Amino acid sequence: MAQIRGYRRPEPGTQPPHLHPPYVSSVKRAPTKPLVVIPPTLSEITGPVFCPEVVQPKACDLTSQHAGHPLGQRIIVSGRVLDEDARPLANTLIEIWQANAAGRYLHKSDQHDAPLDPNFTGCGHTITDAEGRYRFVSIRPGAYPWRNHHNAWRPAHIHFSIFGPAFATRLVTQMYFPGDALLPFDPIFNCTADEKARHRLISHFDWETTIPESALGYKFDVILRGRDATPMES
Amino acid sequence: MPIPATTSQTVGPFFSIGFDRLCTNNLAGPGVSGERLTIEGQVLDGDGQPVPDAVIEIWQANTHGKYAHPEDTQEKPPEPGFSGYGRVPTDDNGQFGFTTIKPGSVPGPGGKKQAPHLVVSVFMRGLLKRLVTRIYFPGEAANDSDFILSLVEPARRPTLIARKVQGQDGRLRWNVVLQGSEETVFFDC
Repeated sequence: MAQIRGYRRPEPGTQPPHLHPPYVSSVKRAPTKPLVVIPPTLSEITGPVFCPEVVQPKACDLTSQHAGHPLGQRIIVSGRVLDEDARPLANTLIEIWQANAAGRYLHKSDQHDAPLDPNFTGCGHTITDAEGRYRFVSIRPGAYPWRNHHNAWRPAHIHFSIFGPAFATRLVTQMYFPGDALLPFDPIFNCTADEKARHRLISHFDWETTIPESALGYKFDVILRGRDATPMES
Repeated sequence: MPIPATTSQTVGPFFSIGFDRLCTNNLAGPGVSGERLTIEGQVLDGDGQPVPDAVIEIWQANTHGKYAHPEDTQEKPPEPGFSGYGRVPTDDNGQFGFTTIKPGSVPGPGGKKQAPHLVVSVFMRGLLKRLVTRIYFPGEAANDSDFILSLVEPARRPTLIARKVQGQDGRLRWNVVLQGSEETVFFDC
């Protein structure tokens, strides 16, 4: 019989709960019954495989998708996708989306009274190389208001969607910027109990990847669940 | 020392900007073998209101019960052109629908076959991390001995089994109910 090696459960406090009342939208959408814990099966340790051919090479540069340059501070966001044992995860698809420099999304539901930028869509994707590395060129997104509570503003962030090697490793998260004064007030950033885990969502300014006369570099590594040490019979 | 996995955050209300490219309502193009099915449903919140800004992702085996993934080492035929992955957003009425082929059985715990199923991730504004669930098929004898279904209390198992649409062959209905007495079973996997 085949052996199944599952993926490790999270360290306590390092992942958010489903219900987090300060984030008002969670109240009517978080499940109320306990999750049913299941052992890993072949269905969870496999997952979609994306070959490099599905990736449009230019999709990693969000500043060159239109005739002109988007407004805003040009940035390079780069890093690695690793597992919990620091092993690089190659050929992993990453999708990102973000607001423009004024804090406005190109989306019909975004009613924020800030200008759209005809030169910015705010959407990109790429695939990690053999060392798990990725790199995006973009502009720094603006903060924007939302209606969660009085005078609520989301800190600047970039949404990240990462697949990893299995259904079990699928992750959607948000990358924040260092020194953002809005972070202490944001119920989404603060939904996770473990302070260190929260702070790993904040990218680091990076001289090495900063391009003279051109763009500021930010580093953001994404860690996906590691493998269980012991295989199970399946 | 292991580095803990990155904290999950919500997809928020504007995920379609990044997600649209991989959205599809047909997982199985022409030439993919297997029994074709259309699965439709609605995502409903704790007030029974439709959720217009949700997206589900499907992962499934081919008709022979083989996943298009290197860790599926079963000696079963692959199905070229069928990745087994699909992403389907809800519309303004919280409805979603997709066409696929019914997967074959795959191995499960204890060396026992699992009943045919799709595994599903659910994302939306308000969910700080995804929900994981499964879609099983109606009238399937193997459901009664499925290891994963046996971990669910009997009264809640029907939330995981799609229903036939009367008089319409190949059409199934399966809702995602986030809260309440009909709450869908979600898994910690």
